[in-house]
Amino acid sequence: MMPHWLDNFLFTYQSLVYSLGVNALLALAMYVVLAVGQLALGQAAFMGVGAYASALLTVKLGAPFPIALLASMAAPALLAFVIGAPTLRLSGVYLAIATIGLGEVLRILYLNWDFAGGALGLNGIPEKAGFVWIFGTLIVALVAFVFVSRSRIGRAMEAIRADEAAAGVMGVNLPAYKLAALVASAAIAGLAGAFNAHVSSFIGPNDYGFDQAVTILSFALLGGVGSPFGPVLGALVLTALPEVLRPLHDYRLVIDGLIIVCVVIFLPTGILPWRIGRIGARK
Amino acid sequence: MLAQQLLNGILSGAVYALFALGFTLMFGVLGVINLTYGFYFSTGAFIALYATHYLHMPIWAALPFAAAVTGLIAIVIDELLLGPLRRAKAPELSSLMVTLGATLLLYSLMTAWFTTDIRRFPPAVFDGGAFEIAGLRITLSQILIVATTALIVGALALLLQKTRLGLAVRALAENPDAAQLMGVNAGGIVRLVSFISGALGGAAGVLIGLNYNAIQPYMGEAMMLKGFAVIIVGGLGDIRGAVIAGLVLGLLESVTAGYIASSMKDAVGFLLLVLTLWFRPVGLFGRVAAKRA
Amino acid sequence: MSATLLSVEDLTVRFGGLTALSGVTFCVAKGAVHGLIGPNGAGKTTAFNLISGMTAQTSGSVTLEGAKLDGLPTWKRTARGMARTFQNIRMFREMTALENVMAGAHLRTPESFGSILFRLGSFRAAERSAVANAMDILDFVGLSEQAERRGGDLAYGDQRRLEIARALASDPKLLMLDEPAAGMNPSEKIGLIDLIARLRARGLTLLLVEHDMHFVMKLCDRITVLNFGAKIAEGAPAEVRANPTVIEAYLGAKVARSLETRA
Ligand SMILES: Nc1ncnc2c1ncn2[C@@H]1O[C@H](COP(=O)(O)OP(=O)(O)OP(=O)(O)O)[C@@H](O)[C@H]1O
Ligand SMILES: [Mg+2]
Repeated sequence: MMPHWLDNFLFTYQSLVYSLGVNALLALAMYVVLAVGQLALGQAAFMGVGAYASALLTVKLGAPFPIALLASMAAPALLAFVIGAPTLRLSGVYLAIATIGLGEVLRILYLNWDFAGGALGLNGIPEKAGFVWIFGTLIVALVAFVFVSRSRIGRAMEAIRADEAAAGVMGVNLPAYKLAALVASAAIAGLAGAFNAHVSSFIGPNDYGFDQAVTILSFALLGGVGSPFGPVLGALVLTALPEVLRPLHDYRLVIDGLIIVCVVIFLPTGILPWRIGRIGARK
Repeated sequence: MLAQQLLNGILSGAVYALFALGFTLMFGVLGVINLTYGFYFSTGAFIALYATHYLHMPIWAALPFAAAVTGLIAIVIDELLLGPLRRAKAPELSSLMVTLGATLLLYSLMTAWFTTDIRRFPPAVFDGGAFEIAGLRITLSQILIVATTALIVGALALLLQKTRLGLAVRALAENPDAAQLMGVNAGGIVRLVSFISGALGGAAGVLIGLNYNAIQPYMGEAMMLKGFAVIIVGGLGDIRGAVIAGLVLGLLESVTAGYIASSMKDAVGFLLLVLTLWFRPVGLFGRVAAKRA
Repeated sequence: MSATLLSVEDLTVRFGGLTALSGVTFCVAKGAVHGLIGPNGAGKTTAFNLISGMTAQTSGSVTLEGAKLDGLPTWKRTARGMARTFQNIRMFREMTALENVMAGAHLRTPESFGSILFRLGSFRAAERSAVANAMDILDFVGLSEQAERRGGDLAYGDQRRLEIARALASDPKLLMLDEPAAGMNPSEKIGLIDLIARLRARGLTLLLVEHDMHFVMKLCDRITVLNFGAKIAEGAPAEVRANPTVIEAYLGAKVARSLETRA
């Protein structure tokens, strides 16, 4: 099915390649909310919920993988709704706070949840996901994002990001858009979590905390949110770089933090400043 | 048993209140949430640790020293991170993101430097002395915590309500443009508020470090979860709300630990937070958080 | 007496201790160009914010075509047929002029999520007609040459006209313009007067805030005057111009008195 060289390459760099795909999906999850001018930091938490939901299904209940994937999207989407619905009418601070809090509290819950392995996490997760699943999903998601960007919805999203109140005056239903973006973000992050769990065979309660949440933000900001390609590029760079330049590996988090600070202050459009057009069809 | 639970609840509630006070004050006056705030908590504890360890300071001197140094650090951080954004009138989103990135940066630098090993105050500082009063056990550090918190809350209330400086701070919180037109030195107030809130966060860190006698770079992060809950339940920017919400959280946590499960204790704050968002987003006293850019 | 399109009743709003608008009542007739004037800080923009739903009133009510709008968010009011521009231009700066106008046509672009994702024929058709419609509007305000330029890069006067185009794209019954001539040079102002005349010829009702008295007197059928948040006068341009209270509000009591004695 796959060419021989690709097979070889995948075998050698398997885990790196998988992380590239998973992180690119997470960056897209971050992009959806940033694209409507919201800062939700629940992507790591949603990823964790997706990972735990799917892994519990496959490991403990022997559920088929596609069912586990559906659950990995539905569970975090529901959680996003519970947190998002009340906060999205308020100033953006509330959403940021609630989503950071979510990650912390989930960590505590996993730690104390014996059925989910407690502090030891879940082991022996079947390797059901792979190159095709991960990158197939990534491509489908990217195409969907591009299509949505070049439409009435994409225009409304950019309008919200540029000037929320003015977008409302144009007739854009602000809470509906923001909530839909948050729920979509949660579903994508959950799916990424499920893939990650089903290629790495192990998940633990501490994998989805604050560090991971901020790292995902750094992907999106480094790439820039002018188009969905920016965050994906950011994820690829920040995932591959520490592998290529080994000494950077120990300072990975320092670099992620520094990137966010510098990009916000000095380079608000990221390294891919190109902005996607918003019109889907002309003559 | 219940009395002891309630006492413990009030004690931890006092620290939550102290911690959240600086956090909410910063939002109330500066209009931004500075997510590096948890870092001040860790920083305060480490400075006190070093002051007692290497400078052989007694704890009553190390506490204000650590608080003051943390306050100065808070001024620098605010100026470096939020100063440029304030001048550029950048959106709220940018200030959240920049302080978030800085938090990761600062924590990971701190961890690289100090490692995640748990450190302890020298035995001379922490003698773990305790009293029994009417069958209730209370440690020296707990008495120190409550006394310090009461002192600081009182002093802050006096400063804000009774002094000209406090009037200027409140004016700036109410209406920044008008306050500046009336001659309030906005830059000075911003630095003052950064200092006060940094010092409050640092002091809370020292006290918690003393209470558990365990100091570690990421201790501020766990505290942030409580801080978030307290400032939202109390109402963003509401000082009185923060004090009361802090005590409420402390009490509810200790009752939960005593009667439900101690593992669920840390989830109480978040549950309160989500319930508040759904049913009373303006917080306990209904002060509406100003939506500012 | 023609039918009323918008009526504002006893509208009041307080910001902390400041009463920015107190008990303001006026009606805008269908097809009219209605002026809302007053000195700086009189509460004109605040009135716009209350009517469009960007700020919630303390008391009073706003009615459009007989239906109360109170409590409705901005986007629902837009759906009911009102549109506005802003005193301090609020362009979607990164979007092209054409995209800005298409964003303004949000409610009039029938594209379902499914048709967008699968690039159905209905989506393409809707998108093409949205482009054509937006180009027509740009043409109408005289910006068709600038269609592909970034909104934020346009000249100041052009940005003001683009805001009008964006508001027109929702096909409103009531168009509210907040100081449309501010910062325009004389020739641009002449163009704007012509544009407003053509809007009215299309049957649109306009509510207009403007400081340029020449402009207001020339265009408006009826004028409401605010001062310190309260209505101090209303009537045809000639009446308002002759009203001593209005003169006093604009020129200050002293000047007004000296004008009176000279007359
Ligand atoms: N959101 C707000 N919070 C507090 N005060 C406000 C707010 N909006 C407006 N004001 C105050 O209400 C008063 C009326 O302001 P408004 O902008 O409506 O005046 P205006 O008539 O449009 O003046 P101008 O001609 O200068 O545009 C002013 O004193 C202003 O400071
Ligand atoms: Mg105005």
